[in-house]
Amino acid sequence: MVANIVLSEVEYTHIGKRPVRPDGVDKVIGRAQYGPDITLKGLLHGKVLRSPYAHARIKSIDTSQAEAYPGVRAVITAQDLPFASLSKEELGAGYQALKFASDHVLAGGKVLFKGHPVAAVAAANPHVAEEAAKLIKVEYEELPPVMSVVEAMAEGATLLHDDLYTSSLGETSQTASNVAAHARYEKGDVAQGFDEAAVVVEREFQTASVHQGYIEPHNGTAFWSADGQLDVWCSTQGAFTVRSSLANVLRHPVSKIKVTPMEMGGGFGGKISIYLEPLAALLSKKSGQPVKLVMNRVEVFEASGPASGSWMKVKMGATTDGKLTACQAELALDAGAYPGSPAMSAAMCAFACYDYPNGLLDAYDVVVNKPKTQAYRAPGSPQAAYAVESVVDELCEKLGIDPVEFRLRNASKEGTRRIEGPVYRRIGLVECLEAARSHDHYQTAVDFQPNGKLRGRGVASGFWFNRGFVSSCNLTVNPDGTVSVVMGSVDLCGTRASIAQQTAEALGIAYEDIKPSIADTDSIGYTFITGGSRTTFATGLATINASQDIKQRMVERAAAIWEAPVEDVEYVDGVIQHKSDSELRMTFKELAGRTLTTGGSITAQCNIDPPGEGNSFAVHVVDVEVDQDTGKVDILRYTAIQDCGKAVHPSYVEGQMQGGAAQGIGWALNEEYFFNGQGQMTNSSFLDYRMPISLDLPMIDTVIVEVANPGHPYGVRGVGETPIVPPLAAIANAVYQATGVRMQSLPITPGKVLDALWSQNGS
Amino acid sequence: MDWIDFATPKTVSEAVELLASKGDRARLLAGGTDLLVQLRGGRRSVDLVVDAKQIPELNELSYSAQNGLVIGAAVPCYRIYADNAIATAYPGLMDAATLIGGIQIQGRATLGGNLCNAAPSGDSIPPIIALGGVAHIAGSNGSRQVAAEDFCTGPGRNVLQDGEMLVSINFPTPVAHSGASYLRFIPRNEMDIAVAGVGTSVVLDASGQNFVSARISLASVAPTPVFAKDAGESLAGKPVSEATIQEASEKAIAAATPISDMRGTIRQRNHLVGVLTRRTLNIAVERARGG
Repeated sequence: MVANIVLSEVEYTHIGKRPVRPDGVDKVIGRAQYGPDITLKGLLHGKVLRSPYAHARIKSIDTSQAEAYPGVRAVITAQDLPFASLSKEELGAGYQALKFASDHVLAGGKVLFKGHPVAAVAAANPHVAEEAAKLIKVEYEELPPVMSVVEAMAEGATLLHDDLYTSSLGETSQTASNVAAHARYEKGDVAQGFDEAAVVVEREFQTASVHQGYIEPHNGTAFWSADGQLDVWCSTQGAFTVRSSLANVLRHPVSKIKVTPMEMGGGFGGKISIYLEPLAALLSKKSGQPVKLVMNRVEVFEASGPASGSWMKVKMGATTDGKLTACQAELALDAGAYPGSPAMSAAMCAFACYDYPNGLLDAYDVVVNKPKTQAYRAPGSPQAAYAVESVVDELCEKLGIDPVEFRLRNASKEGTRRIEGPVYRRIGLVECLEAARSHDHYQTAVDFQPNGKLRGRGVASGFWFNRGFVSSCNLTVNPDGTVSVVMGSVDLCGTRASIAQQTAEALGIAYEDIKPSIADTDSIGYTFITGGSRTTFATGLATINASQDIKQRMVERAAAIWEAPVEDVEYVDGVIQHKSDSELRMTFKELAGRTLTTGGSITAQCNIDPPGEGNSFAVHVVDVEVDQDTGKVDILRYTAIQDCGKAVHPSYVEGQMQGGAAQGIGWALNEEYFFNGQGQMTNSSFLDYRMPISLDLPMIDTVIVEVANPGHPYGVRGVGETPIVPPLAAIANAVYQATGVRMQSLPITPGKVLDALWSQNGS
Repeated sequence: MDWIDFATPKTVSEAVELLASKGDRARLLAGGTDLLVQLRGGRRSVDLVVDAKQIPELNELSYSAQNGLVIGAAVPCYRIYADNAIATAYPGLMDAATLIGGIQIQGRATLGGNLCNAAPSGDSIPPIIALGGVAHIAGSNGSRQVAAEDFCTGPGRNVLQDGEMLVSINFPTPVAHSGASYLRFIPRNEMDIAVAGVGTSVVLDASGQNFVSARISLASVAPTPVFAKDAGESLAGKPVSEATIQEASEKAIAAATPISDMRGTIRQRNHLVGVLTRRTLNIAVERARGG
């Protein structure tokens, strides 16, 4: 194993160590409370009735039989949402946004994807709820489903929404369309750039809808008290986002909604939107009792938020010495049933690894009859990188230039301006490429045909912005010298540990003396979701800033006890001491023990919206073996290299890199939503939605490259999303080297590989 | 609400009586790895579940050179492959018993249940057919025996009449110079449903150079598992060679009538039948030669 590459020069006590996670024991012994674990007095259980059709008009709903069924306490439909009784005039400019948000929760006029909620039942137990839901009579008028961006954008396509118009370059279209938005990014003159190129490659690509595949299904429990107080428990990446989303669709003040985030069983971007929470709330309001709803796996696949399927066209030109002259792309990403695909994000990421003179990007957000897409780890970037990095590979081949060398010649670096405007501060793409080139994996030649099977190697790079946004922390010094850190950031993947490490570092006290916990929305300042690779950076900054206040207050308290001027007292490595009188000295623990009798607790809080997030780049190298008789692709060796800034907890950083690569391997090879001719998903189980299992994955080697982020005192960058960006193209490029076939459609299933091999040899 | 009765008979006759009392609204439960999933998923509804695991005959697992192999219908896979004598005598059957589901599933799942479930993709059915397995059936009107290749009648359908149940699957003792093999193709490396599967068994002459006889059976390429009789018979009396194996594989493809679905296309499945027939025949020959 190759060592991580530490380029940050500061020595830390706690940052960069690998301590045990504070939540480890609870999770190991099964005490951790996940959303479905909750029990409340008088708890009812809910079941959602969902559309069997991908596209249909609801002609009527009759809930009378379900309501009369013994044990049923409440039945709801879209008529129970506030939107049903609000007029277009009352809502004004906000009309369409509320209509879409409300219709997504419970279908009003039309169902727009199979699994779309139509009604919900609360009953004494889950079985009664399930039986009663079957008794709801819904009359549909079926409509033709629109399943791909290509179909949806075609002239005369069936429209999902008769009131959706295209917002394009500042203008709104005159006629309704399935294209919600078109954005363009441009620099230089691409026509001139392509004229200057010695080699130009232009290719089209498609990718299928894929799911995040988290283990824990969606869940939501709510109690709507008679006094209007609404308490909600759920599995979410952002309790405050759930609160504001609920306030919106329920038209209920945020002050009367308390959201308690439960322990998370995985999110990857898919646990930000509300699904069951508003249904549980309305059922509780109607029944007067708390109501719990939990999805099964079919519901998770059919009715939560997968990642966009896409159609992309990429054209790139380069000179004979391998300098890019022009980069152009059209990227259409499906949004599912309601607008909001990450097409613009895909466009901004597409060429972010390259410094090029001329560029033109067109991005389209397109609605189709699939579940509304949601974020999935670096939303939009994996699709774009699949297309761009495949074209780069072809350019390298045509020019006879090593793919790592080509990327080095064109790499973005400090000072490079991205096409949408921002100029890179210190970034580590060049360092990652150099690490890839010198890595044992890249230095070891591929043994192309050792056993009759075909082998090849692929390389790809990837980018994610990383985010800042709002975080809050409350710190309290306890009388025993420990420090409680209360935060609004939900712990998806080691947040408690990384925040505790940063607090310990800032205070100069032991990691074990930090007690991190996650608060409900009544108990902490607003905190944005755990997502966007922002939490270790932004919530880390919040706790570091609050720690500075704690230190100042400890100094003030010691000064008061010693009756010394504050400016004569200093805080050094967890010790509070007089600058000149060496007798006057207290450890953190000693002073903490005296706080309650010398003025009370010492606390500090920080609410922050920090600039200075550092972008993250990765380079992945993969070797594959292709069985030419069956078309099956096996991964033989995989190396993920990434600039992570200073790695706070390297084991968790390596875990993120491996996890992203594993999900990317699934996206590349076998994962896809398979729809029948009626737009119905036919593989909504882990049996047929083929995520890789342990036997499909090799050991994924990682190399953390630490180029410190100048925007954070310890050099922290976000980590979690970038690692899913390169695998799709890296594997496609490796399959090309093994077989000579360019796979321009994901996933690269055995059937597609066989078809490609047969076309290649003319059979 | 729907209620399901659950019975745990201790004898075959008691079980038969229970099953007969509810006709097609009753179902026998062995490991439950298919039945429970079907009931939970709403793909099957029943009034009565009859547990097979308390009945001695259905838990019998025995092997002797005189009487061959008897696998009770409620014997889970792990008991079969954990028995060294059986695992050594029937490696082709072990190929299937060790790859159905994962370790946990193999602790519950039974070959009897796999056969009765009659899925076109049932992994143990091709090797059961290739090895000449016979289904021993008990019912209100007495017992009968049905060759494994005649047992499945359609997707999820079999020859069992109302009030009948599978007691055991019986196999002849392997003859000298014989070998068998099962391979399936799946896009992953475990925990998946066969896109296509092929089970073969061969008997060679003492020289190991010529086929005496062969049986070939296919999965996932027709509404039921397929006994590709012609493909196996084409090898009888022929030398072991690439050409004869190729010919058998072409006859196996001719016996397949696959459909295109989310797991694979017609062309892909036919192609895979050829690939897997050749691969399994080569493995069976190796095993027959004592390799």
